[in-house]
Amino acid sequence: MSTTHQLSPVAKLEQKTVVDLILKGKRMDERSPLDHRPMTIMLGIIEKANGSAQVYLGKTKVLAGVKIEIGTPFPDTPGEGILTVNSEFVPLASPTFEAGPPDENSIELARVVDRGIRESKALDLKKLCIDPGKKVFMVFVDVYVLDHDGNLIDAAAMAALGALVDAKMRAFKVENGEVKYKDEIIPLPMLNYPVPITSAKIDGSIVLDPCLEEEQVMSCRLTVTTDKNDQICAMQKGGLGYLTPDEVKQIVATSIAKSRGLRETILSKVK
Amino acid sequence: MRNQEVVQLINGKGLRVDGRGLNELRPIKMEVGILDKADGSAYIEHGKNKILAAVYGPREAHPKHIALADRAVVRCRYHMAPFSVEERKSPAPSRRELELSKVIRESLEPAIMSEYFPRATIDIFIEVLQADAGTRCAGITAASLALADAGIPMRELVAGCAAGKIEGKVVLDLSDIEDKKGEADLPVAFMPKSNVISLLQMDGSLSEEEFRQALDMSTDACRKIYEMQREALRQKYHVAKEETEEKEEIGEVEA
Amino acid sequence: MTLHTERKQLVGPGELLAEGPYFAGENTYREGGKIFASRVGLADVIGNKLIVVPIKGAYIPRIDDIVIGRITDITMSSWQVDICAPYPALLPMSETPIHRGREGGRRDLSEIYSVGDLVLAQVIAFDRTRDPLLTTKGRGLGKVNSGRVARISPAKIPRIIGKKGSMITMLKKETGTDIVPGQNGVILATGRNPDQERIAVEALYMIEREAHTTGLTDRVKMFIQERMKGRNVA
Repeated sequence: MSTTHQLSPVAKLEQKTVVDLILKGKRMDERSPLDHRPMTIMLGIIEKANGSAQVYLGKTKVLAGVKIEIGTPFPDTPGEGILTVNSEFVPLASPTFEAGPPDENSIELARVVDRGIRESKALDLKKLCIDPGKKVFMVFVDVYVLDHDGNLIDAAAMAALGALVDAKMRAFKVENGEVKYKDEIIPLPMLNYPVPITSAKIDGSIVLDPCLEEEQVMSCRLTVTTDKNDQICAMQKGGLGYLTPDEVKQIVATSIAKSRGLRETILSKVK
Repeated sequence: MRNQEVVQLINGKGLRVDGRGLNELRPIKMEVGILDKADGSAYIEHGKNKILAAVYGPREAHPKHIALADRAVVRCRYHMAPFSVEERKSPAPSRRELELSKVIRESLEPAIMSEYFPRATIDIFIEVLQADAGTRCAGITAASLALADAGIPMRELVAGCAAGKIEGKVVLDLSDIEDKKGEADLPVAFMPKSNVISLLQMDGSLSEEEFRQALDMSTDACRKIYEMQREALRQKYHVAKEETEEKEEIGEVEA
Repeated sequence: MTLHTERKQLVGPGELLAEGPYFAGENTYREGGKIFASRVGLADVIGNKLIVVPIKGAYIPRIDDIVIGRITDITMSSWQVDICAPYPALLPMSETPIHRGREGGRRDLSEIYSVGDLVLAQVIAFDRTRDPLLTTKGRGLGKVNSGRVARISPAKIPRIIGKKGSMITMLKKETGTDIVPGQNGVILATGRNPDQERIAVEALYMIEREAHTTGLTDRVKMFIQERMKGRNVA
């Protein structure tokens, strides 16, 4: 059951401060409405994982790890590998996170990140087949939220994408339905690079990459994930507020434009 | 076993598998107040979808600690019956059901004037008895009626309808086969009077222009569905004028 | 200044009732210069105030309401009472007529009302910050020892009473029972024998089901008369 969230931990006066600033076109950290916080991406920091990426988006910190294993394919896609995206909101990341199974926010985040990667066909699952109907590679992407200062979806999706781009596996060939590994190290077969942009609506104004304080006062958020061809591959509105059709269209246009810069940043790390 | 045969989703005459045009809604039937025990209820058939929505509330908050001091807590559960889909679905809530419960609650809660019932709860239950794509949208349409049927004050009704893309064309109200084989799915919930969107999700691949078309198609369809909702309420509560005069005086109770 | 609704018109949430300098009364709200309905019900205009009389809804206590509730818990100095509202009601010991024992010492609360008892009480306080407060100090209030109970939608209680009490007077006369309607939708019917009480309860549920029809008072009267004949309970 989905339940109304508890009261905001922020006093009305503090909320007002955020709103007033935004009405003047400024934000808490002197950003302009369409600016992201400073972002850093570090790849390959967990050697035991096949791939990993850590994203700092302002003070938000998310770590994603990729593990590749062998398993059986789904019956309706016998020639394709399997992609699974999971997310953990670990208690150390925020006073509001409790230990236990993923709550609806964690599940929503994992599914939105998954949709971006899956719908853009970022990972070429067909190249991950070993023995059709019997054996395929399974790619697990686990997103770990380490510090929650807002906009977890964008940070998580970028970390997931970074981890996939960073991931390495041994080259292989298939002999008699078995995997024979070669010495060469190859990356995962990537075809696309989906990038999400999340905007928040605060008292009628739209701001990108909301920080935690902005999320606490926003009426709702809209995440738009675009691929390298400017195609929209996933969208998710979240929160209790509303958006007019015009606001939605405006946010979509801005998101498509902004995603290009972020995609370049991630790809430049790989080289 | 999945059917491997190639299905043409749009034929030479521009008609879809079920004979609809690109911008045509599936047949919709709504009925209000069909359950006895629930405070409010509604049943909807949207295409082959069969969905029941029930509302209990405002009622006492259990457990007490979830109560909010200044308004009602709204709880929403979207659930699919095991027999509702082709391959039996386990009754345990899946991640998809959890996500949909959340986005559905977020689409309805803003319309509910929950500040009238501090420290109470309003519970919304959506049970999908038969699924054929578009269940969250139809669920929202039915849940709005159930809330109104329960006498819960709302700003207005919320209507839901999805659009999408199949074989390169933007279409309205995907059926199950179109959702599975198509290129994009865009569920939307809309409040026509206020002209605002309260649920918006998308998966697939759409250009910006295709997205705009799809969004307009679905909001227009929501306006039509809203009129059907109003009519369903009228059918249920048709009241003779004469009887209402008797309501005017609230008699004194002799203790 | 435009009225968009007729008196007694059935309206639903979000429907436009009026534009201009009107007041937004019960079950309506104002947005911009317009007034909308927030619940399903019958719109009405009183002077320049727009209201909607709801068809259905939870019982929200009001001060002075007479209610019939069930004792659900006992503490040191009060009872918790279920009055079919979203809030449990509190009946403090001090609000009952007899709370001192013969020797003047404190009585055990369960001797006065125990869990499961039905009480007829009056609401003396209720607001957004606290649960409703009841009293049984009042003529006719207190524990209910006999009779049958009907539970209907609180919105239908005015229909049970009728215009100038016409319906309830007829019910009492025809069934030979005393009928006490609680504002919370719980109604007590007390008669000389169980058959009378049962017929009264059936009549009450009939009124709830057919509240929206015309000629109801006469039909209910006929219904009762038929049932009374059949049972020889004159």
